[in-house]
Amino acid sequence: MSEKESLRSLDYSIVQQCMHCGMCLPTCPTYDATLLERNSPRGRISLMRAVADGNLEITKAFGEEMYFCLGCLACETACPAGVDYAHLFEVARAEVESAHVLDNPQRSLIRSLVLKALFTRPRLLRIVGRLLWFYQASGAQWLFRALHLNKLLPNRFQGLEAQTPAACVRFSHQLIKPVERPKITKYRVGVLTGCVQDVLFSSINRDTVETLIANNCEVHTPPVQPCCGSLHAHNGDIATAGQLARRLIDLFDVEKLDAILTNAAGCGSHLKTYGRLLADDPLYAERAALWSAKLKDIHEWLAEIGVRPPASTEVESQEVVTYHEACHLCHGQKITHQPREILRAIPGLKLVELPESTWCCGSAGIYNITQPEMAAQLQKRKLEKITSTGAKTVATANPGCHLQLQNGAQQAGHCFEIVHPITLLARAYRRESGKL
Amino acid sequence: MNPKVLSLFSSQFPSILCLTRKEDIIPYSFDGTAALQNTPVAVVFPRSTQEVAGVVKFASEHLIPIVTRGSGTGLSGGSVPTPGCFVLCLSKINRILEVDDQNLCLLAEAGVITAAIAKAADDVGLFYPPDPGSMKISTIGGNVAENSGGLRGLKYGVTRDYVMGLEVVLASGEILFTGNKCVKDVAGYTLRDLFIGSEGTLGIITRVLIKLIPKPTARKTMLAIYDQVENAAETVSAIIAAKIIPCTLEFLDSVTINCVEDYAKVGLPREAAAILLIETDGNTSAVQEEASLMAKLATKHGAVSVQIAETAEQAANLATARRAAFSSLARVAPTTILEDATVPRSELVKMIRFIQQTSAKYHLKIGTFGHMGDGNLHPTFLTNERNHEEMKRVEVAMKEIFDYAVLLGGTITGEHGVGLAKKDFLNQALGELNISVMRKMKTAFDPLGILNPGKIFDLNP
Repeated sequence: MSEKESLRSLDYSIVQQCMHCGMCLPTCPTYDATLLERNSPRGRISLMRAVADGNLEITKAFGEEMYFCLGCLACETACPAGVDYAHLFEVARAEVESAHVLDNPQRSLIRSLVLKALFTRPRLLRIVGRLLWFYQASGAQWLFRALHLNKLLPNRFQGLEAQTPAACVRFSHQLIKPVERPKITKYRVGVLTGCVQDVLFSSINRDTVETLIANNCEVHTPPVQPCCGSLHAHNGDIATAGQLARRLIDLFDVEKLDAILTNAAGCGSHLKTYGRLLADDPLYAERAALWSAKLKDIHEWLAEIGVRPPASTEVESQEVVTYHEACHLCHGQKITHQPREILRAIPGLKLVELPESTWCCGSAGIYNITQPEMAAQLQKRKLEKITSTGAKTVATANPGCHLQLQNGAQQAGHCFEIVHPITLLARAYRRESGKL
Repeated sequence: MNPKVLSLFSSQFPSILCLTRKEDIIPYSFDGTAALQNTPVAVVFPRSTQEVAGVVKFASEHLIPIVTRGSGTGLSGGSVPTPGCFVLCLSKINRILEVDDQNLCLLAEAGVITAAIAKAADDVGLFYPPDPGSMKISTIGGNVAENSGGLRGLKYGVTRDYVMGLEVVLASGEILFTGNKCVKDVAGYTLRDLFIGSEGTLGIITRVLIKLIPKPTARKTMLAIYDQVENAAETVSAIIAAKIIPCTLEFLDSVTINCVEDYAKVGLPREAAAILLIETDGNTSAVQEEASLMAKLATKHGAVSVQIAETAEQAANLATARRAAFSSLARVAPTTILEDATVPRSELVKMIRFIQQTSAKYHLKIGTFGHMGDGNLHPTFLTNERNHEEMKRVEVAMKEIFDYAVLLGGTITGEHGVGLAKKDFLNQALGELNISVMRKMKTAFDPLGILNPGKIFDLNP
């Protein structure tokens, strides 16, 4: 959405494009769970349309419904009419926020801490990441758990401590130089290190840079990058999303780079919409449009330039891998075959298809915190499907899914390795050069 | 409605979910039909036939209209709420109760999704042929109530041909079972046939006993491209004359072909006037023989190219254009109106030409695709319901198309039903006597007029 849109000012044809055929219903995880129209994309669009027509106020129930939606966009894949649900859903959530129908002190505090304070300040986020690491490495976490101190937390947060992700020892800027060059440079690309990815999965960023170098790309990685704003745009804070987009664009030489790359599905899906987000800003509109054109998911880019298959070595992995498709990769960006091609290019790796691979795992940004019950149901369903494949390695390309699967597996006592497809590719390149 | 009635309902039926809040019921104010909307008083979700019967009794006591609904995918407004009604939603009564491979049948509750029935049959090596376009989400109860068709009509027939028995809640609240597992049964009137296609106006279908058939072992798919519609139609006639009944004979016109190319880019020649997707199924040797004969016939009757799929993957590729047809059309304009005028097979070319002329005459974009084998066309109007001037032209053009279909010995609806959308055209299509007999039937089954009132025809002319 652009920064000034509301349901009533929106180009009506976007709402009207829904012909209410119902083809989205069987693909919607919330409809599947309740069989109530309101919890389906078609139902939600009808509520948005009622608001646009002036037949419904923005009410608390409307707000709750917009936040019950996972935003997984499976409906977009199923839609015969090409409804831009992501756009509608962002506008609707933004309107829920400006109408303040869901406000309560606790929610406002969490929103301002998370959206306004933490995820706009990359250095602060790194300090928090460092504290988290210290908490885990020093034994404080062990002590906290041993003493059952989580009992002191409010009920709905008691389960959260157990889900605290492990922070990295080193963050992206400590692993990646601002410019890294291959022997022969064919392309020049920028790499986005993300916010969660930077603090929790910085090694995936390193792996991304290494696979790019192995494919003759000169890699530009600004050391301090803000969050891309997807969290904000998906949670109704369009103004902050706009500010973050401008800051991120300023960090890259958009005109000169061949592509700007992300390895996080949820970010990519949003980063590609900067053109629309900043369309009304005369200073940024043009660069933002160029940015959108050059923004690629890492798998998409590698497939486009023809990924170099790693050479076979004597120490091949012999891994059986299954692939869970992040919603914002398969539905949000329609990237489905590229990650599989990359996985199949790895010598010794056997890819087994995951049943319901495109069904949401329940992570959905911060959904697992805001709607823990639904998120847990989906997590359980996903883990059952993974177990049915017999694979011990699960590849997935989004930090949210990564954490959701990791936590789920841990709680259920499974010993799956959750790994980014690019990490598996990077490992194969390392085996090839004898570094592993 | 008197709010006391609603609280009375809730106290009488505490176990039945009853939605009345605006945010809950607006999503039930429409079905899959364009430009028809009306908000109900309440939406109720019974969980069993007995609960359905309870709701119907309550409704007859308080004279509340009942609009039965499955997944709300209908294309003629059959499940669009009438003023002051309760929507009776059967989506939560959705168990498959029995798969009987001795008698080749299956018993399902009305809310079972059609695709789940096809899968349950497939799992035991059997086949449920009707495949309406919405089968991934449509319910079997809705399919029976609308007598839905699909792509396999020519060879396998429609939903009616696969109904052996029905459990129906009558307007009185009594529970009727009509039909059984016997192949032959002539004891009395075949009441089940009355309920098939009755669009929820005669009773509420709660269970369906479905006929299954053995699954064909082989299938062969081909795609023929034509530079003249007449050649495609002649090919179809020649295939039938050669005593071959293909399971699929799907047609796309030039507007549809170009929309498919704009959206899905499957590599069809943009100057083509028509393409035919032809599929034959049965045992392996017969399928092979029929396929090569049909390919010869297509070439003989002027096909510019004929491709036969050698593998399942190739077959899926050839079917891409047909599969993408509706999506490609639906993206062109904000409002998509999918019609289903149907004519005897021999009159297809005239009908297609007439649609093209009408489209030019009223400056409307109409893409036509459909089931060439059974004469069922889908002229699809690509328009904008907010453009009132254009919508007026759509209405006039539609009426002319229906009139012409009837003139050719055809019908105003082949598989979508009458509901609200075709109500105004029914009289002319069927004549007064037909409708007056229907009115008598309606009154006999539903004397209080509470079951989906105002659909198909009005009780008082």
